Amino acid sequence: MVLSPEDKNHVRSTWDKIGGHGAEYGAEALERMFTSFPTTKTYFPHFDVSHGSAQVKAHGKKVADALANAAGHLDDLPGALSALSDLHAHKLRVDPVNFKLLSHCLLVTLANHHPAEFTPGVHASLDKFLASVSTVLTSKYR
Amino acid sequence: MVNFTPEEKSLVTSLWSKVNVEEAGGEALGRLLVVYPWTQRFFDSFGNLSSASAIMGNPRVKAHGKKVLTSFGEAVKNMDNLKATFSKLSELHCDKLHVDPENFKLLGNVLVVVLASHFGKEFTPEVQAAWQKLVAGVANALSHKYH
Repeated sequence: MVLSPEDKNHVRSTWDKIGGHGAEYGAEALERMFTSFPTTKTYFPHFDVSHGSAQVKAHGKKVADALANAAGHLDDLPGALSALSDLHAHKLRVDPVNFKLLSHCLLVTLANHHPAEFTPGVHASLDKFLASVSTVLTSKYR
Repeated sequence: MVNFTPEEKSLVTSLWSKVNVEEAGGEALGRLLVVYPWTQRFFDSFGNLSSASAIMGNPRVKAHGKKVLTSFGEAVKNMDNLKATFSKLSELHCDKLHVDPENFKLLGNVLVVVLASHFGKEFTPEVQAAWQKLVAGVANALSHKYH
């Protein structure tokens, strides 16, 4: 799956629109994921996953920063995400199905906060972007 | 079998009462065809699907989206009995329409995204969770008669 120039523009303009809300949206996406898909909590037994949790907030920021970095390096996602790819393959070993669940919740969060910008075309581009990120993060699994 | 708590049922039905079925149905089906273009394989007879705007404005897409979401309304009214409610539709989707059940999951999630975009703050994580359970239950019910 290849990101077209239009996809890349959609991703960049979305990240511009997100502005300083990245951490907030990251945390919200995680909360939505834990609530809708309780099996995802199995990767966070050491976390307080209740609403407002400081750990979820901090982790949301990590996720958001990584995605912002990816959005800034759309022409070389494997390069930009290489360290995270190693981490997920050798240490975290999150089952690949879960990347779709988090990606879905990220889209829900963005649609929820920016409905006017979340046109069908932007929705498609973001879905492709998150799928590409997920592919890179699982690329060294075996 | 999916079990809905009284609270989950209430979260689903109160949101559903505010949904414009015609509009949301058209939008959900349209977005399915835009975001996952391979799903267009079932709609060769629908005319112009050549761009996002063509798809979203296509009257056949809108009409069919309304039909699909209206049927979803039956799910909301029969949350304890989804398999029986969708038994005939399940047979239809297998025997006549030949739709891979994976598509039901895709449409369910697109519907959740559409609801999220329409309902703002009201679409809390808890509301989303109840709806995720419902769309998963409908997808399951629609695949139940496959053979």
